[in-house]
Amino acid sequence: MNHERAQEINGTGPAPPTPAFAAQISHGDVRELRGPLLVAGGIDGVGWDEFATIDMDGGEQRHGLVLEVDRDLATLQVLETTDGMSLEGIRIRFEGRPLHVEVGTEWLGRVCNGRGEPLDGGPPVTGSATLPVSGWPLNPVYREPPQEPVLTGISVIDGLTTLVRGQKLPIFSVPGLPHLTLATQIAAQAASSGRSFRVVFAAMGLTHADIAYVRDRLESRSAGGELVLLLNAADDPVIERILTPRIALTIAEHLAYTEEYDVLVIMSDMTSYAEAVREVSAARREIPARRAYPGYLYSDLATLYERCGRVKGHDGSVTIIPVLTMPGGDITHPVPDLTGYITEGQIVLSPEIAARGIYPPVDVLSSLSRLMRNGAGKDRTREDHLDVAAQVLAAMARARQATELAELIGEAALSETDRSYIKYQTLVENGVFNQGRDEIRSIEDTLGRAWTALAALPEQELNMVSTAFLENYLPQRNHRS
Amino acid sequence: MDPVAPRRDGTVVHVSGPLVEIEGVGGLSMLELIAVGPRRISAETVAVSGTRATLQAYEYTGGLKVGDVAVPTGGELSGLLGPGLLGHVFDGLMRPLSSAPMWLTPERSGSGEDPTSLAREWTFKPEKVAGTFVNSGDVLGTVPDSGSVEHRVLVPAGVAGELDWLATEGPVHLFDTVAVIAGHDVALAERCPVRRPRPFRSRHTGTVPLHTGQRVLDLMFPVARGAAAAVPGGFGTGKTMMLQQIAKWSDADIIVYVGCGERGNEMADVLEGLSQLEDGRTGGKLIDRTVIIANTSNMPMMAREASIFTGITVAEYYRDMGYDVVVIADSTSRWAEALREFANRNGDLPAEEGYPANLASELASFYERAGRVTTLGGKTASVTVIGAVSPPGGDMTEPVTTDSQRFVRSLWVLDRDLAYSRHYPAVSWTGSFARDAEALGIWHTANGDPGWATRRARAAALLAESDRLAELAEIIGTSSLPGHERMILLGGRLLRDGVLMQNALSVNDGFCSAEKGAALLDLALDVVDACQGLVERGVAATTIEQADLGRVLRAREETGPSDAAAVKARNAEMLKALVGLQ
Repeated sequence: MNHERAQEINGTGPAPPTPAFAAQISHGDVRELRGPLLVAGGIDGVGWDEFATIDMDGGEQRHGLVLEVDRDLATLQVLETTDGMSLEGIRIRFEGRPLHVEVGTEWLGRVCNGRGEPLDGGPPVTGSATLPVSGWPLNPVYREPPQEPVLTGISVIDGLTTLVRGQKLPIFSVPGLPHLTLATQIAAQAASSGRSFRVVFAAMGLTHADIAYVRDRLESRSAGGELVLLLNAADDPVIERILTPRIALTIAEHLAYTEEYDVLVIMSDMTSYAEAVREVSAARREIPARRAYPGYLYSDLATLYERCGRVKGHDGSVTIIPVLTMPGGDITHPVPDLTGYITEGQIVLSPEIAARGIYPPVDVLSSLSRLMRNGAGKDRTREDHLDVAAQVLAAMARARQATELAELIGEAALSETDRSYIKYQTLVENGVFNQGRDEIRSIEDTLGRAWTALAALPEQELNMVSTAFLENYLPQRNHRS
Repeated sequence: MDPVAPRRDGTVVHVSGPLVEIEGVGGLSMLELIAVGPRRISAETVAVSGTRATLQAYEYTGGLKVGDVAVPTGGELSGLLGPGLLGHVFDGLMRPLSSAPMWLTPERSGSGEDPTSLAREWTFKPEKVAGTFVNSGDVLGTVPDSGSVEHRVLVPAGVAGELDWLATEGPVHLFDTVAVIAGHDVALAERCPVRRPRPFRSRHTGTVPLHTGQRVLDLMFPVARGAAAAVPGGFGTGKTMMLQQIAKWSDADIIVYVGCGERGNEMADVLEGLSQLEDGRTGGKLIDRTVIIANTSNMPMMAREASIFTGITVAEYYRDMGYDVVVIADSTSRWAEALREFANRNGDLPAEEGYPANLASELASFYERAGRVTTLGGKTASVTVIGAVSPPGGDMTEPVTTDSQRFVRSLWVLDRDLAYSRHYPAVSWTGSFARDAEALGIWHTANGDPGWATRRARAAALLAESDRLAELAEIIGTSSLPGHERMILLGGRLLRDGVLMQNALSVNDGFCSAEKGAALLDLALDVVDACQGLVERGVAATTIEQADLGRVLRAREETGPSDAAAVKARNAEMLKALVGLQ
């Protein structure tokens, strides 16, 4: 299907950027430069959303997207910013179509910048087909409800917020927490059972230290040809960030629906992305909505997140983990809020839990995977999984109450049951949730650890687990005091 | 059209996303649909000034150039309505998605009618005879559709007279003429403009409940047939789950589910869920009484704006056949965002939070199309509208939420605290309202349940009192409260956990009949009364609190969805057991 589509587009669109491209008319009439925007005059036959190459005096090339055409004027958004540009000495070549990228398995193992240009010293990436980076909406009738787990080897995620093939599950964090470490660990360890798994990692606005960490940590997956890295650094052009996730998703869709891989796309940090969108919007003097983000931010984010999925007639899938930092830890900030409306659950990291030395510092009571009930349990992970997860969470909620009560009246004054909950909390946090940064745990191991922690509670408290599971899985059932 | 301005094609002079300006046109009317560019994408006229016009394009305008042609079509945005809608999925412009390709590329735009639908053959059964006199809304004949719903072919509005000719029983296609009335051809299918309400004879004043199968709604915040309800709720409050439950279990004849700017996976879920579930009343599949309009969040934004009106027009189409229809729109906030997006690009002055000043009137024009009416054909039928609202940041004071509240009869506010404590459906009893509750109480009295209004009032009072005492207890401790107040706290818990909570995934509890709901509420209230009686007799509050009331809480799960008798039996047992407490 995807091949057909690629050919169709190649057939109808103009020739791909080859030497023939140089014959295109180039425009030199630049009327205005403002922020990331460039207004060109004397334009004829340029379409909205076209991609353009800008040649500057001295041979430097920049790139732009057409945001508006008005009679003989075209407004372009310059990806590399307009710094150093002047009204003279600029030639603009319009490509006659929106930005396309070459896609194919050639991307695997490569490290590129946010525009897809190699950073690894290799040749430019070529591919078997050319596709528009904005993609096309997937017909909802073709979607298949996601229902197989993607195991990350991280207990708190696999156990309580199971990621499902074709799901979009964001990580909400605050600056200073190890969300990038967690995302990288997921990228390094994630696998779907019995299927070949590929990861596309799109970094937006990360510091060079973070980028070095990501490259180093994912070295072996990259060397094994299972990873595509697209890296936009914090000091790279801001507007380029608008393209980075789109290129990543276009590559991922091809790998999923043509090459039939299970693909995980990690996009970090979406807050940087949204800021780039806001910058363009402000430069265009658009009427701002919440916190000066444009009113279309929801739809814009949706065009990224909705590219995940399972599709009828295809074995491959696209699973998306966006990572975002909540400014001021505010979950009602537009970026996490709108993300939460689109995604299927969220994994929330908490500074309080991080302060107790627990990694990953997931706040399990605020975290949720909406698709977990389809992707975990019998025939998916293990029969007792959903019961155990429900019990662990219910007990965590009760333990939290007991801890608050203990702060008021002292632990000694608590009932025996409440004290067992406090003991349970320590056990579950240290034995199940806390994990090494490169430690992989099987689902058996994770559930076993959860049972060990639950064993600290009186048996009549375990009312969310069926009796049969208690018989089979509860450790030392007959030897407990 | 206007004889002064001859009709002419225009040319594109300005493109900015969905905003397209054209020049050189003539004879254009507001809302007229224009085919723009070589791909003939649909755009609607929103402003005309001399020979210039501003258009709102419904599809992706990538590649559209200055100088491209713009051809007025003479018609307004409309959907092709006929048999074959039920059980199928359409986009916001009423084009079938069931037969569309996997990727919705711009190549499919402007292609006109869907060939698969046109090729399909239907069996027409006449119900009138040629030579008789027919009026608008009369049934000319019927066509069997996918499920048990009978598709009725009506005399169109504005047409009446002698039936010159009527097709005999046999195969017809959508565009075939099935009748000629006073020289006017009537085809099997019709193109219906979506922004104009379909005409009816009169509105009904009587109030009849829509049974949703969700206890918190049916018992506490009911909605009448033909009324409008809004469901505001932040993300994670179970909005979509509740709307899907209503789509599955409400006792309407037809459901129109509009997925407006929401998740693609959810549409897949609705489709699959309804395809598997049986319709308890007809024995068919639930999907066969459902039309799905899917304009997911990644599909073109302006078609999202149209999808709401498309959905309600489909509903009115079935209403005119005499059916009770429920339109579920998830979510009206995404629709309002599309309005805002276009208004901003058009340079309109923003009102609150950047929304256009006509937001309230646009919302009203949607909700006011709800109604229980006498159709042109003299049948009583209704369109009930249920709109989800997704307030940013859970802020209930934002414009879409506050404006929606003004135009609906029932408001079901979803509460984040309830949802986080896994209390589903998370309908808040403090913020929600049902303005038809009194009238519906009268209906219940006349229809075999005279206790309905009293029961509801008692439950509301108990919940409010229990909430107040719970706050007090947090400060001074439960044990410092007097016995009868502790029983109110206990009663609040029985109501919340045993009656209002409902497990959507449970076979027994997912749907609840009116009788079972009433029996469950009676059970909780009777047990509270009995407990109060015990306290008065001197039984210690602690003793009662520690008594096993699990049978009250589990009654909803342990009895069949319509098994009121079992709940009543349990009520008698519980009261007997409580009497024995010392």
